[in-house]
Parts: sequence; structure tokens; C-alpha cells
Amino acid sequence: MPYVANTSTDEREMLAAIGIDSLDELFAMVPADLRLRRPLDLPPALTELELTQHMHRLAGRDLPAGQANCFLGGGSYDHFIPAVVDALAARGEFYTSYTPYQPEASQGNLQVFFEYQTLITRLTGMDVSNASLYDGASATTEAVLMALAATRRRRVVTFKSVHPEYRQTLETYFDNLDAELVTLAAPAGSADLATLSAAIDDQTACVLLQQPNFFGAVEDAAAIAELAHAAGAVLIVVVDPLSLGVLARPGDYGADIVAAEGQSLGSPLAFGGPYLGILACREAFVRRMPGRITGQTQDRDGRRCWVLTLQTREQHIRREKATSNICTNQGLLALRATIYLAALGPAGLREVGELCLQKSHYALQRLTSQSPFAPAFARPFFKEFVVRSRDADVESLLQDAAEAGVFAGVPLGGWYPELSDCFLVAVTEKRTREEIDTWATLLHTIATSAEPAHA
Amino acid sequence: MRNRQATSTLFELSRPGRRAARLPACDVPVQPLADLLPARLLAAAPPDLPELFEGDVVRHFTNLSTENMSVDTHFYPLGSCTMKYNPKRNERLASLPGFVDVHPYQPVSTMQGLLQLLYELQGLLAEISGLDAVSLQPAAGAHGELAALMVAAAYFRDRGEQRTEVLIPDSAHGTNPASAVMAGFKAVTVKSTPEGFVDLADLRSKLSPATAVFMITNPNTLGMFDGQIAEIARWVHDAGGLIYLDGANMNAILGIARPGDFGADMMHFNPHKTFSGPHGGGGPGAGPIAVRDRLAPYLPAPVVGLAADKYFLDADRPKSIGRVRSFFGNTGVLVRAYAYIRTHGPAGLRRVSETAVLNANYLLSRVQQLLPVPQGPRCMHEFVASASAVKAERGITATDIAKRLLDYGFHPPTIYFPLTVREAMMIEPTETESKETLDAFAAALAQILGEPADEVRAAPASTPISRPDEVRAAREPVLASPSSTGA
Amino acid sequence: MSASRDPNQLKYAKTHEWVALDEGIATVGISAFAVEALTDLVYMELPEVGRQLAAGEAFGEIESVKAVSDLYSPVSGEVIAVNEDLAAHLERLNSDPYGAGWIVRIRVNADEKLAGLMDRKAYEKQCAEAEH
Repeated sequence: MPYVANTSTDEREMLAAIGIDSLDELFAMVPADLRLRRPLDLPPALTELELTQHMHRLAGRDLPAGQANCFLGGGSYDHFIPAVVDALAARGEFYTSYTPYQPEASQGNLQVFFEYQTLITRLTGMDVSNASLYDGASATTEAVLMALAATRRRRVVTFKSVHPEYRQTLETYFDNLDAELVTLAAPAGSADLATLSAAIDDQTACVLLQQPNFFGAVEDAAAIAELAHAAGAVLIVVVDPLSLGVLARPGDYGADIVAAEGQSLGSPLAFGGPYLGILACREAFVRRMPGRITGQTQDRDGRRCWVLTLQTREQHIRREKATSNICTNQGLLALRATIYLAALGPAGLREVGELCLQKSHYALQRLTSQSPFAPAFARPFFKEFVVRSRDADVESLLQDAAEAGVFAGVPLGGWYPELSDCFLVAVTEKRTREEIDTWATLLHTIATSAEPAHA
Repeated sequence: MRNRQATSTLFELSRPGRRAARLPACDVPVQPLADLLPARLLAAAPPDLPELFEGDVVRHFTNLSTENMSVDTHFYPLGSCTMKYNPKRNERLASLPGFVDVHPYQPVSTMQGLLQLLYELQGLLAEISGLDAVSLQPAAGAHGELAALMVAAAYFRDRGEQRTEVLIPDSAHGTNPASAVMAGFKAVTVKSTPEGFVDLADLRSKLSPATAVFMITNPNTLGMFDGQIAEIARWVHDAGGLIYLDGANMNAILGIARPGDFGADMMHFNPHKTFSGPHGGGGPGAGPIAVRDRLAPYLPAPVVGLAADKYFLDADRPKSIGRVRSFFGNTGVLVRAYAYIRTHGPAGLRRVSETAVLNANYLLSRVQQLLPVPQGPRCMHEFVASASAVKAERGITATDIAKRLLDYGFHPPTIYFPLTVREAMMIEPTETESKETLDAFAAALAQILGEPADEVRAAPASTPISRPDEVRAAREPVLASPSSTGA
Repeated sequence: MSASRDPNQLKYAKTHEWVALDEGIATVGISAFAVEALTDLVYMELPEVGRQLAAGEAFGEIESVKAVSDLYSPVSGEVIAVNEDLAAHLERLNSDPYGAGWIVRIRVNADEKLAGLMDRKAYEKQCAEAEH
């Protein structure tokens, strides 16, 4: 028993104090016929050394992105994480604490959340941020639920250029709610204003847009905002927060609610989680906002301090009438984002954005300057783009590249049958020119080799 | 020694021109921004972020960390939250590149080790729950509740049954009714007895052909095992409904009793509680769910499958409710849970629960000499004392006692929950505390109750701040630091 | 128009709203007892003018730091006025609950029987019982 202090002497004394003779008696209130009469059928216990060896063996079978040459994106990005983020987030006082129910003993976390909220409002141009949600998909879903409640309308208009997994999450929630999801085609890899204009009416609660969108393209967000607002609908924008050193803030082009996946701000790939759900909004929506919110106040002695506030929105008070069932925030991930942004500052965030922008454009040009690859869409993009493979089967092309140690892109056919000859490529600041050249050369070599595609 | 200068806000510490991280020069041909992006889509100004050098960043966050109480530094008997020791080995192992540096869309052939771990974890959780199938996707306990209720809704839809109500005891966590509503059900409250047991007559009167699910926390929020559960399950099943077990209190029954064996059809685990994932200042957690065979087809997709010795992500599940989030799940939390379960094995897990229950009963035996414990002399892994008599006699509330405990170096219990006990103090010591710690906590409580009421009401005196003005915070919300640019 | 009323002359709902009826117009507020029990009020949500209310229907919410209570209409009718300033001056609920702390005015439906409303004495008895 690695983590228990009690000795047999302790146990005897404790049982005596309770007034019983055996550990078994502790469970007297569990009816005998409901008890498990055998040991759990689990593998035997491992010592720390054995566990370490076992876990190293498992982990050793994987090819980590950092040991490959990684061009994967689609909402999860291989950005550089400065050492200060890991070092500070690894402090036990942060990661072994919990929700700041006792503000006097949680000022560290509360101040971090307040700083986080401030950073998010400044990055997005919104008035209010909560202290975070589960991930980008849950933040997007909660943003939509806010818009439904605020407008008392039931229709949500979105585009196929929004992350397919976010839309799938929405669909799952909508299966049980009285609301309708209208998903418009994005034939040129981006939202079409005429189609949108025809689809919006006075029953439209919100327009849900991703910027840059799932294909990496930068949408004409200001025009979409105008269309939405003209119909009295709310504009929800899903952003990549890392793009906001270069791209306009959603608040500046008319977004009412901003949702985002915050993984790119200093959190590891971690096979998709835990991640950071960012949710920010204009002042008017604050009472509809789900999740923890930190507010500034004073203590009895007039010192500035922080507390969880506006708690009557939340499930522990409002129960079935709460804005959401969410009860925690992603404190540790919000901390990482706060440290990351503090370490990068305005110049750093802009530089990361510019490197992504330049390198992704170099990569696209390098790959598509000769057959059989071509850009699938013509829109301006930030750090991701879609490539069409004219001949080679995309799945086997990417599989072959992975076997050569290059994660060359994400196949799109699973989500978009019409794009089954396409793949999505992300280029972060970490990719060197040499790595990009290697990637392009490898893809050309595979695609043009005489071998037919795998059967 | 506190460093007050370093804990000024990031925005106050900022000075123009300072910076920490620096990026390499661009090694590809640089094109003018205007050639790459239309001007109207570009940021009008640099992002309004603070400017600090690296030393300031480190000192700021390090000093902020010291203003928290945490499991690593203090006894943290926060009832219902299972604040047990978070093993350091799990942190190190979860950060192996083969687990933490895996992209969700990299080919499955390049992550067979991780998928094996997750596949095995599905099986371990199924065995511990006594249920058949597991989804690791939900991101937190409340998210697991919601996902499972959506599974129930899909199951009934598929069977053509119109069931609209979820029955929930009044002692339940607030997430239960909130989740029920988000899953499209009406939440119907069922009364509890003073011990927190389900009021059978009230349950009976509310069971109907509209009943979809009965949600029960067992052991309940008073730390009592409701022995009526088998009978309750029979009634609910006879009415055509399902039993959902809120697994918040699994730390009491690992290897002792299994929800699937005592009637549950679905449940969630809180790996950040039961299996020692650190709480991270509020999260991340995870909320894997386990269900009976007949509900398995509706679980969120993907789950990890095994075919021809290869692990794969099984998304081809036509009856699945779909996704409840992006990507696979909170993998980092799940890897720690796996490490914890493998560290303990079957006997070890049982020992965890035995010790958690022993510690709670021992502390109960000490605390009941100081404060009434309405549920009686025995409990499972936690118990609820009441400060209501002290409040009536001396004007000392549960809040006052909680604040004073801070001065004695203890994180207070959960207070004012469950709602069914007045001036509730919900105490969960967990198995990873020694007898001396429990004795010291009881001694501190005794001393506090002997102190002048004014002194207790003035607490805390030793923390970085005294009691904050929560009314001011809610009346005049200040939710962000004012912008430096005035924008 | 918001002169303080004599609480002894008002009618009360079980849910602690008071009603002053004058020529078919009901002025509605919440009792001093309720204000005190709610403690430290921080926020209030009011209905829109023109809304039709049934007796017993929730028309707004009042929040303290850690509790939220629905406000229920003691009568059926149409909301014709709302005390718009009140949300910004919640202290008026404490200082003058029966005057400046009025919440809404409702044009009472013709068939409204004012069923279930109590006089001051019966209401005080209810409050005294609730304290035990």
C-alpha cells in the first residue's frame, strides 16, 4: 500500500476508538448480498520501478509528434512551449489544489484566473471571459446555448468550414433539445455570403463561424457579422487564440461571443486532452455565461483580493435552472495559458503568428509548385491549408509518410467525402525550412513513385 | 516570507520593452504581410499583453502558488472532492513523450502503446464498476452524467418509449438536475430521509411510465451507503426506467461492492478523485462512463477497439449518441488513473477503500464529541457534521469554523452542502492521511469551539487576506483588469 | 406615487410578495421579512411591460450572493409598469420595501378572485412558523 500511513497499531487504535473489532465491520451498512465476494479481477499491483518499466514499454511503442516531423493540426497544434510553463505549472501548490471555495486559502489560483480572464478579454476584444471550460467543442456548444437562451430563438446557422467535431458535439446536444442546426456548405473552403444571407431569418438565434476556419482559411467575418446582426442574431466566432497576434480581434469585427480551443497557448498535444475551453462574451451576455468566473473585490481590511462571483448562474445554486451543468474549470490549463501569454508578451505572440504565417505559405508553395499536388482552395490562410492530391490515394500517402517519420497532414475524407482526395496541413513556428523541404520532397517521392496505391 | 511586489498583477508588473520568450529568425523567404492577408483581417494593433522578463514571470507565479492551500502542503478534507495524495510517479509517467506528445490525428499505427493503455483502462473500469462497456470521452464528472443521460435518451428513443423524467434525490449534487435538463429531461426531486437515504414512499409516488432514469449517489452525499438500493433498482426497473449511479463516492467501495452488482445500469467515474488525478486548481478532471451491455451501442464514439492484435479507434457505431467533445478524451488524466489502478491491484484498491472508510469513521468518532453528526455514529468515506447548534447558542456558523480552521493550518471541509443538513460541514479525510493528522484536525476543531465567538468570527487572521466582500464582488462585478490602452 | 404603504393594509402571498390593490391596479413588492431572509441582495431580473401573468407565475428573479429566488405574481393580469430604477438601487428593498421598493404594477384581470392571499396577521403567523 504505497500511499497509506496507517500501521497495524494505528488501525487497532482507530478501530477501538470507533468501537468495532475489524475492518469488515466498517462496511456493516452495505448489505451482505450486495458485496463483492471475490477480489476484483485486475492485474496484480506493481511497484514504482515495475510500473515505470511497464509504462515506458507502452510509451515506447508510440511515435511522439516531437520525434516525427509534424504537420498535423485540425484544432490541436504542435507549438513550442517555453520551459517556464512546465516548470511553474508543475508546482504542487497549483496542481494539487482545487476549486477556490475558500478564497482566503486560494488567492494564488484566483489571481491567476483573474489574470487569465483579463488576457482573454484583451486578446479577443470581448468584455468578459469565464475561467475556462473543458475544450473548444464544449466552449462552442455552450456559446450556442447562451445565444439560444438570450434570443429565445431556436435556429442556429453554421458552416461546414467549422470544425467537424465541434459540429458533431453540437448535434449530440441538439438531439435532446428543442433547437435546429442548419449547416451551410462551404464549397470554396469558406462561408458563402449569398447562401448565408438566404439562410438567416428572424428565427435565427446565432451564426456560428470559425476564424480561421477548419481549413485554415480566413473568413470574411465582418460581412458575416453584418448579416447576422441585421437579422437580430448573435455572432459566435470560434478562434485560434494564437492567431490573434496577427489577425484582427473578433470583438473588432462584431463578434458577440467568442469560443476557442486554448491548447495552442502552452498546453501539450496529449492526444486531444485535457485541453482548454475559452469562452468570452460581450457584457450583455454575462448572466447567461456558464462556468466559474473570478471577480475582484476587497477583504475586510480593504485589501484588493479575488473571489468566485456571480455564482447564482451555476448549478450548485440554481440546479435544474442553471446556465449549464458545468461545475469546474480547467484551472491547470488556464494557468498554462496565462504563463504562456505572460512569457510571450505582445512581441512574442506576434512573432509566433508571423512565423506560422510565413512558414505555412512557404510550405504550400514548396509542395504545390509542381504536380501532383495543388491547393484545394484559394482563400487567404493563417497557418493551415488544404492540399489536393491529384493521383495518389491520400490515406496511403499519409500512412507511407508516417512510416518514414513524417506526420504529413490530416486526411479529410472521413469528415468530407467530397474532399477524400484532400488533406489538411498545419505549419507551426517549430517547423524549420529543412523540415518543410523534407516533408515536401517525401510527399513528392511517395506520390510519384511507380508503386500503385495500397489496395 | 511573502514577496508582495511579485504578486502585483501581471499588468502592473509590465514595463514597455521587456520580454521573456524570443523566437528564432524566420528561415524561409519572408513575404510582405499585405501579400498574404487582406489588410482588413489584420490586427489593428499589437495584442494588449503585459511585457515582462523571464525572472519576473517565474517569481510572480511562484509567489502566487504559495498563496494556495493544496494537498501537497495541507490536510484538505473537502467533502465529496476526495482530496487524496497525488502520486509523483504518475506525474512523471504521464509526461512520457509517448503519452503527452501524441497528436489526436496521427496514424493509429504510431500510437499503439497509448491505445493499449486506454483499451486496458476501459476494461479495468468495467471490472471495477461491474458494468460491461466504457467510454473514456467525457471531460468531467458532470460531463459524464450528461453523456450517460444522453445515452439513456437515445436508448429510449430507439425503443420508441416516451420517457421524459429523471428522478433525483434532494441531497444530490446540483450537477444532477442541471445535466438532466441539458439532456432534455424534466428533473423531478425525490425526498431524502435525515440519513440521506431515499424516501421510498416519495420515490414510489413519483415513479411512473414517464420515468426514464433514477439518479442516485451511493454512498450518498452524507457518506452513507443506501442499503435500499437493490429494492430501489427493482422498482425502477419494473417501471421500465434505468438506474444512474453518480460515482463521486467510489472511493468508499472499491473492491467492496460494484454498482453493476447492486443495480446500476450506468455510472460515471471521477478519476481525479477516486484514482488520484490531481485537481489542478479546479480541473482538468475526466468523467468516463460505464454502462450495461444493452446501452453500449449508444455510448459516445470513438472507443478503443482491438482487432487482429491492433488497437484502433472505433467510430463506426451507428447507434452512438455521437461526440460530446472534440478528440478522444482527457487522456492525461486517464493515464494517471491507469497508473494508479496498476499500482494498487485488486487487494490494494480494496485497501484504499477500507482505509478511507476507517479514517472517516475514526475522525467521526472524534468530531461527534464536538459537533452533532445528524446521520449517526457511522459513515462510509465521509460524514456531515452540523454547526447549527453552535450557531444558535453562540452565533458561530459553519463558515466561521471553516475560516478559523485555516488559521490552524487545515483546509476546511465542504460547507453548506448537502443542502439537507443545516450549517453542514462535510468532512472527507481520505486514506492518505495519518492518524496524527486526523487527531490534530479534531484537536483544532475542539480548540476553535472553545474560543471566544468574536475571535472565531474574525478569522482567518493568518491567511494572505481576511474575508473578502462577496457582495461587492457580485454587485459591482470587476471581471478583468482595466485595459492599459483604454480600448 | 411610491409613498410608503402601511404593511398592515396589504395582502400577502405565501411566497412573500405583497399586493396593494387600487382600482384594479395591483402594486406588487416583497415583504421586509423576505428581504431580510434573502440577505445581501445583489441582482434582480424584472419582467417586460405588457407581459401577461397568471396568478402564481414566476415573473422575475432576485439574487443574493449564494441564493436565487423566483418572484411570483400574486394576481393574474398584465404588467403595466416596472420599477426600472430598483435593479440599480436594491438597497431600497431594505430601506423602504413597501414604498420605493415596489417591483411591478399589474392591471388585474376582471375575473381575478385574489384567491390564496393572506392578510397581515395570517402572513405574520406563517413567517413565525417558518423561523422554527
